[in-house]
Amino acid sequence: MFGMDVAHSCASGMNGLRAAGDLVARMQMTKGMRIVEAKRFVAERLGVTARDLSDNLAMHELRGELRMGRVFETESSYYADPSPLEAKWHIADLLGLPINSVERLKKGLASTGRGTG
Amino acid sequence: MEPQVLARMGDGSLVETTRSRIQADLEEGTQAAASRGKLEPLAADELEHLLDIFASPTRFTGVEIGDEVVLSKDGSGTPQLGSRVDALYACEQVLAHDTVELFHIDYSYKAVKTVVPFEQQFMKESQERLTVPVHYGAQPDLGRYSAPDGPCGNWSELLPEMKIDEARAAQEEAVELAVDDMVYVAESLWDAGADGINFDTAGAAGDADLLATLRAVEALRARHPDMGIMVGMAAEIVLGTHGLLEYRGTRLAGLKPAGQLAVVQQAGATVFGPAVNTNASRSVAWNTARAITFVKPCMAAAEIPVHMNVGMGVGGMPMYAFAPIDAVSRASRACVDILRLDGL
Repeated sequence: MFGMDVAHSCASGMNGLRAAGDLVARMQMTKGMRIVEAKRFVAERLGVTARDLSDNLAMHELRGELRMGRVFETESSYYADPSPLEAKWHIADLLGLPINSVERLKKGLASTGRGTG
Repeated sequence: MEPQVLARMGDGSLVETTRSRIQADLEEGTQAAASRGKLEPLAADELEHLLDIFASPTRFTGVEIGDEVVLSKDGSGTPQLGSRVDALYACEQVLAHDTVELFHIDYSYKAVKTVVPFEQQFMKESQERLTVPVHYGAQPDLGRYSAPDGPCGNWSELLPEMKIDEARAAQEEAVELAVDDMVYVAESLWDAGADGINFDTAGAAGDADLLATLRAVEALRARHPDMGIMVGMAAEIVLGTHGLLEYRGTRLAGLKPAGQLAVVQQAGATVFGPAVNTNASRSVAWNTARAITFVKPCMAAAEIPVHMNVGMGVGGMPMYAFAPIDAVSRASRACVDILRLDGL
């Protein structure tokens, strides 16, 4: 895993939750967008440049502000950050994209008469 | 005397060689693909760039800042990281994967069908613990439907006996069963919250294996317009174990990556993963040049993202489970730089 996954991640990856790789991946997987289009779309929605999407420093702060979830380490305490499902709800709203697990949460809430915002 | 540089072979071993030998390997690699696939070899400037990457004495290399691409990771996790869901969480939080994939160790849709409720529970838990996309993946694995493992005739035994019609009939019967199983498992995991489904090593058992995959993708796309569907191939050329099968008028036997991409797009997938197998007796430079040459025709034709398979034994990578980072980073960068891939 060190040799394959970590090496690819460092050599050419967008670094997922550490930056904004998961958001670009969602536009590819769900909408079939190619990389340039997907990066441009996500960057516009976030108000940043396409290059910022792989910059972990730029994205870490922004993810915190927009409540999109982020990585944490020993030195950090993000106890007030959203749970993963709440974070995905914010991501879905920001990207205008249905996220399957969020849609199922909404249906569950609606079935018990609770609002879904 | 020309200075020595270090290079990897396709079996992962480290060898002393020279810059001119690496240059020759790159030229031979692209010519091997061009000849086998009736393709254009790489251009001189592309080979020169590859030479700079593969003749570098550095331990590690990477794409330019800003050129990063999405890594869609099949089979995420490893037993040292805890439970399967713990492993996915570690992949997200510690290893910075762009996507992760929940999988069963018996990586076959037919096998997974028997344990689907338990896989659904793991998917639900994964969705509650992770923010990055979580896919579910397995292999179409058509061979499992042939005797003695499955109910259909064994075409690998029938073909050498020259029972061609019986072998074809057995594969056609297996296709129907495989489509049902793949759709059942995919929809079950989608019901549990999966962000997408991965059909890994499509075509591994030949043209019937690919046909079953395409028909499953088509059925899923018709019923689930928002489902992420990734089709990763098994090899650079689809074997004609049946020989006559077509998808929407395209004969599947003999399809190379560009042709594979076309039928995968037609079926409704959102990501295509071409695979080019490694020759363990040749260098990583030779294998990477060959792989890039095979995949290059996809890039202009693609309407969906192309995530090239650059894992163990494919995409120029050594056929070795514990991959050396010098080889991985070189192949990773080379494929992204030359092909302008959408992901890996």
